[in-house]
Amino acid sequence: MQFTINGETHDVEPDIRASLLDVLREHVGLTGTKKGCDHGQCGACTVLVNGRRINSCLTLAVMHQDDDILTIEGLGSADNLHPMQAAFVKHDGYQCGYCTPGQICSAVGMLDEVKKGWPSHVSDKLDSVSLSNDEISERMSGNLCRCSAYPNIVDAISEVSGLTPAQKEAADA
Amino acid sequence: MKTFAYSRAESPEAAVAAGGRFIAGGTNLLDLMKLQIETPESLVDISRLDLAKIEEREDGGLTIGALVPNSDLAADPRVIAGYPVLSRALLAGASGQLRNKASTGGNLLQRTRCYYFYDKATACNKREPGTGCSAIGGVNRILAILGTSEHCIATHPSDMAVAMRALDATIVTLKSDGDRRRIAIGEFYRLPGDTPQIENVLEAGELITHVELPTPPKGEQLYRKVRDRASYAFALVSVAGIVSVEDGKIASAALAFGGLGPMPWRDPAVEAALIGQAPSDAAFAAAADALLKDAKGYGTNDFKIPLTRRTLIASLRELTGVSA
Ligand SMILES: Cc1cc2nc3c(=O)[nH]c(=O)nc-3n(C[C@H](O)[C@H](O)[C@H](O)COP(=O)(O)OP(=O)(O)OC[C@H]3O[C@@H](n4cnc5c(N)ncnc54)[C@H](O)[C@@H]3O)c2cc1C
Ligand code: SF4
Ligand code: FES
Ligand code: FES
Repeated sequence: MQFTINGETHDVEPDIRASLLDVLREHVGLTGTKKGCDHGQCGACTVLVNGRRINSCLTLAVMHQDDDILTIEGLGSADNLHPMQAAFVKHDGYQCGYCTPGQICSAVGMLDEVKKGWPSHVSDKLDSVSLSNDEISERMSGNLCRCSAYPNIVDAISEVSGLTPAQKEAADA
Repeated sequence: MKTFAYSRAESPEAAVAAGGRFIAGGTNLLDLMKLQIETPESLVDISRLDLAKIEEREDGGLTIGALVPNSDLAADPRVIAGYPVLSRALLAGASGQLRNKASTGGNLLQRTRCYYFYDKATACNKREPGTGCSAIGGVNRILAILGTSEHCIATHPSDMAVAMRALDATIVTLKSDGDRRRIAIGEFYRLPGDTPQIENVLEAGELITHVELPTPPKGEQLYRKVRDRASYAFALVSVAGIVSVEDGKIASAALAFGGLGPMPWRDPAVEAALIGQAPSDAAFAAAADALLKDAKGYGTNDFKIPLTRRTLIASLRELTGVSA
């Protein structure tokens, strides 16, 4: 099977049952993406497929042979951090770090959804979306953090989203 | 997971001819395959079929392809404008990542979240017909109070389907013999009776191709979901409501409920109790009485009966502008 991951083509022969997560970790050696629950419940395995965030544990690799797959490794590197990675460092958006790659990929996908005008469960109006801390929390609820670094995660995402503290307060009021 | 043969369908006709189990988003089927609760011998990947469009019909309704992801459906401007109850129901379900994968067809067919259905060490008539129901007399906090049988008290967990029930959606299918069917959502799901493993009227190998919504209904629309945490949890009780008031009287009402029964629940008696009445707590209480007349608690889910009453009354107040 052939996969395009972080812009590179990989030829691997996984079992037909392999999830996209297992192919990334076990066959391609990209272990940045984490396995938490393996059942779509925690978000640790979040990657971007054709620009959309999904749980890589709940999808078969074989179904993604023609897709453009982006993992945390493709988002940025230690000496060239993606703005979302830099913001997590700056705001201390993690403790053990296990959920972090999933949080970061999810946050990048989420901001793109906001840019497209997608509403959320907490949006007052469905047809005009403005980001706030409540919106960020709701939209990130598919990413659990056992260390409960949530306040700092929200701060990091909020910074990248371009919300100023005053805007955040106004939106949350 | 048991192994399986895999093929990717190139057309709906090829998909039904392939004669295997369809996989769309995979978010329910793979979850259950990992636990070997589902063990299909062959999977037919329908995820690339050209069924991911939302189109307006000449009669003013909307036709939704079976592969439209839940997130795209919730954000579609036509859905937001004409069917906000559907957007709200979708946005109240699962997580951003899951909604990006979950398809319209797969969502309708997702299976129950009954704990025992998921626990292969226990008896469950839905998973293994004839073994018994561990939930009756067991932990049934999340399970049904309406439409149950002595063989199964599972709930259907979808939020989307509840809104579609209130909207009188029609499910369009392609059968393996090439025939098409149009099934009203009210006739799509089955009560458990003594065959709880059979959940709907689809035949083996029948593919859902579209869901049709009629023209946008009159009145206010709402989806209210009550759950154990504020996000990313299934409904204990939910209400999809569409109510119009004219000259101080309720002119039309469509009310469907999640978390209560084996299917998105709708009872004409509830709507009959409201139509023609001036909106008031007395009228709302009568509607709740009609809904809950045959409700039966099983112990740890007894609380759902008063919770449903309050949730319905609060929803009707909001829909009609009556304050508490
Ligand atoms: C952690 C978690 C939380 C969740 N929370 C919620 C929630 O709060 N509310 C909610 O409503 N849902 C929730 N879900 C469920 C989610 O909505 C479903 O898993 C999803 O909608 C299923 O769609 P799918 O395309 O992934 O289906 P699949 O898993 O691909 O398929 C499901 C079933 O439908 C069949 N099928 C799929 N498409 C077709 C078709 N076109 N024709 C015929 N058969 C078909 C498959 O054969 C299979 O039997 C949650 C799921 C998870 C994992
Ligand atoms: S309620 Fe239904 S799904 Fe749950 S244990 Fe009983 S038979 Fe199984
Ligand atoms: S590992 Fe995929 S959601 Fe938990
Ligand atoms: S930082 Fe430890 S789980 Fe989130």
